[in-house]
Amino acid sequence: MAKFISSRKIHTYLMQPDLVQLKKLATQIRRDIVRMVHACQSGHPGGSLGCTDFFVALYFHILRHNNQFAMDGKGEDLFFLSNGHISPVWYATLARSGYFEVKELATFRQLNSRLQGHPATHEHLPGVRVASGSLGQGLSVALGAAQAKKLNKDNNLVFVLMGDGEQQEGQVWEAAMYAAHNKVDNLIATIDYNGQQIDGPVDKVLSLINLKSKWESFGWIVNEWEGNKMESVIAALEKAKSQTGQGKPVMNLMKTEMGYGVDYMMGSHKWHGVAPNDEELKRALAQLEETIGDY
Amino acid sequence: MTKYTFTEKKDTRSGFGAGLHELGKQNENVVGLCADLTGSLKMDAFKKDFPDRFFQVGIAEANMMGLAAGMTIGGKIPFTGTFANFSTGRVYDQIRQSIAYSGKNVKICASHAGVTLGEDGATHQILEDIGMMRMLPGMTVIVPCDYNQTRLATLALGGHIGPAYLRFGRPSWPIFTAPDRPFTIGKADKMIEGKDVSLFACGHLVWQAIEAEEKLAAQGISAEVINIHTIKPLDVEAILESVQKTKCAVTCEEHQINGGLGDAVSQVLARFAPAPMEMVAVNDSFGESGTPTQLLNKYGLGSENIVEAVQKVLKRKKA
Repeated sequence: MAKFISSRKIHTYLMQPDLVQLKKLATQIRRDIVRMVHACQSGHPGGSLGCTDFFVALYFHILRHNNQFAMDGKGEDLFFLSNGHISPVWYATLARSGYFEVKELATFRQLNSRLQGHPATHEHLPGVRVASGSLGQGLSVALGAAQAKKLNKDNNLVFVLMGDGEQQEGQVWEAAMYAAHNKVDNLIATIDYNGQQIDGPVDKVLSLINLKSKWESFGWIVNEWEGNKMESVIAALEKAKSQTGQGKPVMNLMKTEMGYGVDYMMGSHKWHGVAPNDEELKRALAQLEETIGDY
Repeated sequence: MTKYTFTEKKDTRSGFGAGLHELGKQNENVVGLCADLTGSLKMDAFKKDFPDRFFQVGIAEANMMGLAAGMTIGGKIPFTGTFANFSTGRVYDQIRQSIAYSGKNVKICASHAGVTLGEDGATHQILEDIGMMRMLPGMTVIVPCDYNQTRLATLALGGHIGPAYLRFGRPSWPIFTAPDRPFTIGKADKMIEGKDVSLFACGHLVWQAIEAEEKLAAQGISAEVINIHTIKPLDVEAILESVQKTKCAVTCEEHQINGGLGDAVSQVLARFAPAPMEMVAVNDSFGESGTPTQLLNKYGLGSENIVEAVQKVLKRKKA
């Protein structure tokens, strides 16, 4: 449970949210995502919507973290987003977790904002520990942070999320080899396995063939689960936590649907990096109840 | 008149190895990462005495840069070690995003830079690395001249905060600076006073510049030799002070004519004190196999080439 979250900036009923509240949070964050992307007419709604349940489960139930942000993250779990283009879901989750004011989401992708198109540390946005966006780099960084935790005798965990198209980057497999060889077992990686990338289905662009057997053959513990059901996400992340400390890194292949929660965005790669227009925004918001309150 | 001689030759990479080992003793947050070149980078002593803080990453340089960036988040001070080509060109995007843009305290330590790598040939003789690294915002770029200075530069990096690139080499090279000669990052080192021409040099070519100074003195030309061991941040004040006196300059570097020390100095002169200037550098070409001395001569980087460049710039000064 998110026991280190300060109550200062968070509505009290979110302190230990139950399943109903987690689902309400996910719906609200989906609204945030669509509104953020609509406001600046750019950004990546598809993957953000598909990963919303994961982010909510992670930040409001799984991670031991502190929203009074410290870069070194000593004594807490860390999260790294490697597929940085789904920044809307991360920013909305961070804001709803109390890392910064929710109203700052309105500045997304605008001049002088801390909410850059892709996550960055340069503007000192609380919650972000490394820049990401150029794909394939996040797993390596997470591994470095995990190794540092071991050196510091810090028993907390490091989490990282990657995209499935991102698995086409060679650096991912350098990191995969390193992690297993060095028994980096304080790390939980997750792949957003939605089967879509910019130019089309991953299977058509450059097939991953059998991704599960690839990671298994690289020496990882591999779990496969459904990423758009809150119950399933929580259970799967709890299970992954129980698999740490056993001499192997842990990989989750999380099956999601790009655009989940907005009917016309689902089932296609079309909404990877396209913003809805005014009419489309209305249609999206009609499907996503305002549960906590818009920014 | 200051004179420099040497009784011993040693590779600059060994200066790095010695410095890193000392740093390991001084600061338990110092960690070493190496991509299957531990012996070549002279990191064996560090590995032996601090096995828990040494990370063998295999032939996977992109991952090494990411690992190093991540380790800084836990307060570590990572020193990465591989050849200069694999430290820069191969991993430019990893350095750019995960280290430079993210402001991470990673020290990228690069051996076998330039043509003096020798027989391995052009695939390994990177001559573009200074340019690539100095273009990155916030990156410190250091190119020490001999064993002693490389050791001092490594030690200085232990206390420096922010991303840095340390470039050194493979061949045995004269040790002509004292082991306790002051070294400050960003502060140029005036080796020889002169009045007719300023020689700004870095790395191995500081020695060639000192040899050239002696040859020029015999011709009645007084050359000032300044070791620009830190290419970025550049000691603009030292450059301007020297050129205001000599009214002309020659830069000397084991790097492409584009992007390196010569470019950095010419920017300063063009903006603040226009003066005739020549560049001793590799003229837009790749290297090849050969001995270090053969290659320095073939690619126009020897002391004779510096003397010729001085004669040329002096004619322009008089014109």
